[in-house]
Amino acid sequence: MVSEVVVLGGGVGGTMCANLIAKHSQGRAHVTVVDASGTHVYQPGFLYVAVGKERPATLQHPETSLLRSDVSLVIERATRVDPAAQTVVLESGRKLQYDQLLLATGSRTVMEEVPGAKDVYDFYTMSGAIRLFDALKTFEGGTIVLGVAGIPYKCPPAPVEFVFLLHDYLKARGIRDKAQIKLLSPLNRAFTIEATSKLVQPILAERGIELTGFFNVESVDPVAKTVTSLEGETVGYDLLVLVPPHRGQQVIEDSGLGDERGWVPVDKNTLKHTKFEHVWAIGDTTNIPISKSGSVAHYEASVAAAAITAAAKGEAPPEHVYDGKVMCFLETGQGQATTIRFDYDHPPVSPTPSRLWHWAKLLFNKTYWHTVPQGRLP
Amino acid sequence: MSIMQIDKSIDARGMACPGPLMNLIGAIRQGQVGQIFEVLSSDEGSKTDIPAWVAKAKHEMVELVQDDGYARFLVRKAR
Repeated sequence: MVSEVVVLGGGVGGTMCANLIAKHSQGRAHVTVVDASGTHVYQPGFLYVAVGKERPATLQHPETSLLRSDVSLVIERATRVDPAAQTVVLESGRKLQYDQLLLATGSRTVMEEVPGAKDVYDFYTMSGAIRLFDALKTFEGGTIVLGVAGIPYKCPPAPVEFVFLLHDYLKARGIRDKAQIKLLSPLNRAFTIEATSKLVQPILAERGIELTGFFNVESVDPVAKTVTSLEGETVGYDLLVLVPPHRGQQVIEDSGLGDERGWVPVDKNTLKHTKFEHVWAIGDTTNIPISKSGSVAHYEASVAAAAITAAAKGEAPPEHVYDGKVMCFLETGQGQATTIRFDYDHPPVSPTPSRLWHWAKLLFNKTYWHTVPQGRLP
Repeated sequence: MSIMQIDKSIDARGMACPGPLMNLIGAIRQGQVGQIFEVLSSDEGSKTDIPAWVAKAKHEMVELVQDDGYARFLVRKAR
């Protein structure tokens, strides 16, 4: 008997997982990926689009070009999952029956949840990054503020990376001395991890980037051009960039598969849904309090793929579980970067920023299309 | 150990990023005034970070207990 495996979401986690299951199931599983757009987008590149260092077209490939030929792709929005009947309902009304289901639907941004923030800038979508770069191109001076309007958000290092790249951009345009850059951090330091903060904060100071701690954006007054925090402080701006609030996808919320923000509860090691049988989730989709990043989706994908493959073959679950592994790059500007590596049992380490890590990040971004989605990088 | 009713629990042991405090801030943002939030953290920095933010944001630190290899924080959303 051939198991029907349905993967919701054609991002990094869903694509890699689908390919690995098809590869290792020896014909015992038929995999169908359901994706609303059919276009695979490399989201870590948005940061570079926002400062004119990357062209949007290079960050998008057809999903079909990344999937094995024996994986089916359905380009349609999934509107409902019925875990009791083991079906996925598509927008057209068509139903897909599954034996195993992987939720890899990721997150969505909801700037509309922040009062007054309708027209602020962000770099968390392709259109947002393009719009932000358009604004920066005509910026002639004043105060640029970067704030965080919701937790959790994708790619925790991104706000710090953005202000470093913004500094470089304004310097290259010869207007850095006409601009103030302010980073409003949710914590009392620049970055969540103390060891990494110790590396980053002196560089912020050296580049004249002002850091304000414990500032979690609550609302914006677009007329007065001020932003106010949960903690009760207010800061003025000329150009405001916010990390928007995130939530799980609508299909998760509508199907009762997630918590009040649409994050799917899973076991932090096995990635199995805590309530429903035959359902796994990876990447941004889960409620595990770990970074929402491509790196996590990547490492989780091989674990979920092995578990789903074993289930499809009627074998016992594999011993290999997700150990909390995360590996991220963090751009520090001026052609340098550092990395952050840790897992559930080992605290983070970050080397001194260098050109080597910057080039490693660029190389990873370029080679991504031929390595990660196919499961070629463990 | 408290027997107080906990409205939301965050087990952030072993999770350095985004970190126990970030998860607490995210949960409190979504919560209701008066609710109790529990955070379990194995990160040493949490012992100073969490009370500092709770004081700054004018919430209430109800309890801080050191257990075997991790700390347990109970925070009430006060406003």
